[in-house]
Amino acid sequence: MSRTIKGQNLIKGSSGEWEIVIGMEVHAQVTSNSKLFSGASTAFGADPNSQVSFVDAGMPGMLPVINEKCIEQAVRTGLGLKAKINLRSLFDRKNYFYPDLPQGYQISQFKDPIVGEGEVTIDLKDGTSILVGIERLHLEQDAGKSIHDQHPDQSFVDLNRSGVALMEIVTKPHMRSSEEAAAFLKKLRAIVRYLGTCDGNMDEGSMRADVNVSVCKPGGYEKFRADGSFKHLGTRCEIKNVNSLRFIAQAVEYEARRQVEIIEEGGTIRQETRLFDSKQGETRSMRSKEEAHDYRYFPDPDLLPLELEQAWVDAIAKSLPELPDEKRARFIAQGLSPYDASVLVSERELADYFEDLAQGVDAKAAANWLNNEILGRLNKAGLAITEVPVTASANNAIIRMISDNTISGKIAKDLLDIVWTEGGDPKAVVEARGLRQVTDTGAIDAAIEAVIAANPEKVEEVKAKPKLSAWFVGQVMKQTGGKANPAAVNAALKTRLNLPDEG
Amino acid sequence: MSDPTAMTLAEARDALKAKKMSSRELTGAFVAAIAAGRGLNAFITETAETALAMADASDRRIAEGKAGALEGLPLAIKDLFCTKGTRTTAASKILGNFVPPYESTVTQNLWNAGAVMLGKTNLDEFAMGSSNETSAFGPVFNPWRSKGSNQNLVPGGSSGGSSSAVAADLCLAATGTDTGGSIRQPAAVTGTVGLKPTYGRCSRFGIVAFASSLDQAGPMTKTVRDAAIMLTSMASIDPKDSTSVETPVPDYESFLTQGVKGLKVGIPKEYRIDGIPADVVAMWDKAADWLKSQGAEIVEVSLPHTKYALPTYYIVAPAEASSNLARYDGVRFGHRAASPRDITDLYERSRGEGFGAEVQRRILIGTYVLSAGYYDAYYSRAQKLRTLIKRDFDQAFEKCDVLLTPSTPGPAFGVGAKTSDPLEMYLQDVFTVTVNLAGLPGISVPGGLTESGLPLGLQLIGKAFDEGTLLRAAQAVETAADFKAKPAKWWTA
Amino acid sequence: MSVDKDTVRRIAKLARLAVPEERLEPMAGELNGIFKWVEMLGEVKVDGVPALTSVVAQKLKWRKDEVTDGGNADALMTNAPGGEDHFFTVPKVVE
Repeated sequence: MSRTIKGQNLIKGSSGEWEIVIGMEVHAQVTSNSKLFSGASTAFGADPNSQVSFVDAGMPGMLPVINEKCIEQAVRTGLGLKAKINLRSLFDRKNYFYPDLPQGYQISQFKDPIVGEGEVTIDLKDGTSILVGIERLHLEQDAGKSIHDQHPDQSFVDLNRSGVALMEIVTKPHMRSSEEAAAFLKKLRAIVRYLGTCDGNMDEGSMRADVNVSVCKPGGYEKFRADGSFKHLGTRCEIKNVNSLRFIAQAVEYEARRQVEIIEEGGTIRQETRLFDSKQGETRSMRSKEEAHDYRYFPDPDLLPLELEQAWVDAIAKSLPELPDEKRARFIAQGLSPYDASVLVSERELADYFEDLAQGVDAKAAANWLNNEILGRLNKAGLAITEVPVTASANNAIIRMISDNTISGKIAKDLLDIVWTEGGDPKAVVEARGLRQVTDTGAIDAAIEAVIAANPEKVEEVKAKPKLSAWFVGQVMKQTGGKANPAAVNAALKTRLNLPDEG
Repeated sequence: MSDPTAMTLAEARDALKAKKMSSRELTGAFVAAIAAGRGLNAFITETAETALAMADASDRRIAEGKAGALEGLPLAIKDLFCTKGTRTTAASKILGNFVPPYESTVTQNLWNAGAVMLGKTNLDEFAMGSSNETSAFGPVFNPWRSKGSNQNLVPGGSSGGSSSAVAADLCLAATGTDTGGSIRQPAAVTGTVGLKPTYGRCSRFGIVAFASSLDQAGPMTKTVRDAAIMLTSMASIDPKDSTSVETPVPDYESFLTQGVKGLKVGIPKEYRIDGIPADVVAMWDKAADWLKSQGAEIVEVSLPHTKYALPTYYIVAPAEASSNLARYDGVRFGHRAASPRDITDLYERSRGEGFGAEVQRRILIGTYVLSAGYYDAYYSRAQKLRTLIKRDFDQAFEKCDVLLTPSTPGPAFGVGAKTSDPLEMYLQDVFTVTVNLAGLPGISVPGGLTESGLPLGLQLIGKAFDEGTLLRAAQAVETAADFKAKPAKWWTA
Repeated sequence: MSVDKDTVRRIAKLARLAVPEERLEPMAGELNGIFKWVEMLGEVKVDGVPALTSVVAQKLKWRKDEVTDGGNADALMTNAPGGEDHFFTVPKVVE
């Protein structure tokens, strides 16, 4: 997908403008009960080394046996990324020494991953969409955890994470701003959460991103897209373990400016691994990773090739839920704005809540109600959509009461406040507290007469300036405790005061 | 009964079943023989107490009529099998005093069948060697000596402790592992039977890994029948080993009576290599005649890539080993160097101190052939050669049912005779290594003695998972060879 | 391809093996002897020959997603040369 670059994405350097090019490697923890190659639990936050099998600890003679759920989750994710599923893939060993890597190698997939090329659509704030190409997805083992701050001269090693299944999702360098990078990760997170293949919890490290950043002169990227040659792009640096959406934007901005400064001062960018320091808001070289890498990949002889049957893959494809893009399209078709639709589908729970809320009512009205009333109240209270105190069906009932003129919009907000804090069935509350809208013309006429009697001078003013009739409407509403139907009040006033139709 | 230790496994089984003796008596005799045979250095760890307790438990089960297939029969276990609560060393300093908190599947199968563990036998360090001279616990001696000589000979390797123990009657039978010939070659040079099953027949779970795509456990015994009995209990379908096959385990003993009438026995012409001694070739020819006279048909076959097998092996096995041995890093178990400066120092010195010279050499070879820029030239090419070697066998087996070859290029050699030149040592496996590369079953059966009075073995190679036919042919060779010789018990003197 | 002293030093570093300086040269010689012998594999035409990935004709075993292991922290630590409170300990690693 080609598009023109927007001015605000460019970095201004002393020599002119520069463009950022970003690719990402995302490690997403597979949602499963047990590990990729052992029967130990994957639960978060357990006591040190309490969820470690002898396989995970790399004890002599221990052998890996693959967890079928992890294979299924990888395929499910691949299908969600509209990617090619490879019916034959291989597990390789990536050899290196580190205290939290018990086997001395990580079982990963190098040459033949389980999932090949795919794509993700990301929707930007300005209403445009872009496609980010997925290079591949493969399964691999997570490492354990080294803790460096428990002892002055020792590191402590906990292997609970060792062997937990990860999906490494590698994008093509198709992102060109920090906004796009953050939007991609957000979208990817939404997709895996919809699929139930990763909980997307970045605080617990279930999703971690390594971000590859390079800069080039404007036009270089288009040339790269045209002929696929990386020579049009700058040398990239990999920023490790950026673990929040906010940090991604910060890290990209910082790193791109750093690279521009170096180049403009006549230096060259060294391809290297850098660490994002969220406290300082900067990236810095990881010297420990500087040593020449030579991972000596080779097929793991403890495992046979992973072979899938097309029918099995097809069955998974059939069981996929509706994904954000499809849901968004459906919401737009139902009358929502693209922006509202994007917001609503960004979290599966929010979209589900919306769908319940919008049962049989106008979608646009439901979206407005959700955005303005429910999300507003949740934000104020610091609650998530999963913690909303009023059910979607109760809100649906309120919206129905607005649309059939049982209550006014104003009363509806009061009603929501009542059920939000006190609970209860909205319909019952409306009856019990007499919140029904007054449409009875007699009652409205009486209220109008009362207002006219109390403010005779205003009658003359309105007759001169019909626009001032709003004041009368407000007074009548007040008189009726907000329950009068505003349209009925308007009509009655026009008749009573003899106002022209359009004023 | 004169000497219970001289019995075969089958004889002892029948004696216990007939209640002619107790497991306690039998086990006690072996415990005494092991103590008297320490000069052979066949055991790294003796487990006399455990053995006697297991024997008592067996006697109780026999009395209750609950005897298993190997009930009360004392065995020796190569010290590469992890045994729960009993130190397991792989004959390496790097494992230190490692006591596994788990049991290998093969040994568990044996204990489930009622067998008794006498101890853990010596081996080449991490099973890397053909003479049992790379052990951190010292060399093992072959019970056999040349006529009129006092020179100590090697028992073969890497399962040299097991071969020596079986040949010297220090156990009824033993377990071995075979990566390039480590069961068949030591069996051949000690006048015993060694069977390497099809890759995937015995579980590798709990066996210290050397080269994962080649390693296979198997029995080392006094007779072909004993090998069949042992294999029936050792083999299983193991959910804990991804490469363990789902094929059910038959009763291998039942094949032994079937004879070889009509069986086609292939003689691979490429095995007639220059420089092998005349008596090796003579015995090979004689064995073909034995099979022919029992009704088998002899056919010549070709395995054209035979000469590439050994160099292929010396790429594949060290490559896998270099990765398999990365876990010995001084962090979670095993030897850790004193006062390490930092983590790299801890790794480098723990491993430098813990691994012996041959293991280090192979780790370096393996690291090199997998390293950037060399993978295609070495490892990838070797794996392609493996495909060709496997195809050779597939084609040969279209013409025959089993293959007959010598087991080794010669009889046992003197301790220290080949340690200075690694290549010369590697050539010991020239006839056995092809079988591992192709994942096939092979067995070495004693054929007779050389002029100087040393045993030579004959190798039979079968189709994958056709151990039954292999055992039939082996039984025929054993019957014809009628090998009854025993080494003089110089070690008890 | 010939292996020299520096190559041995480099691969020893990759393999985390402390090889004493005086052993580097002899080791290079030993390795060269082996690599020279292995070079005969170059004679064989392997174009189009697939690399062997498994000698057994079998499908990879798949395990059910059940928690069947773990809870062994004590047993895990019994052989540890360095440990504290169920953690393995090593000299401090600087990132």
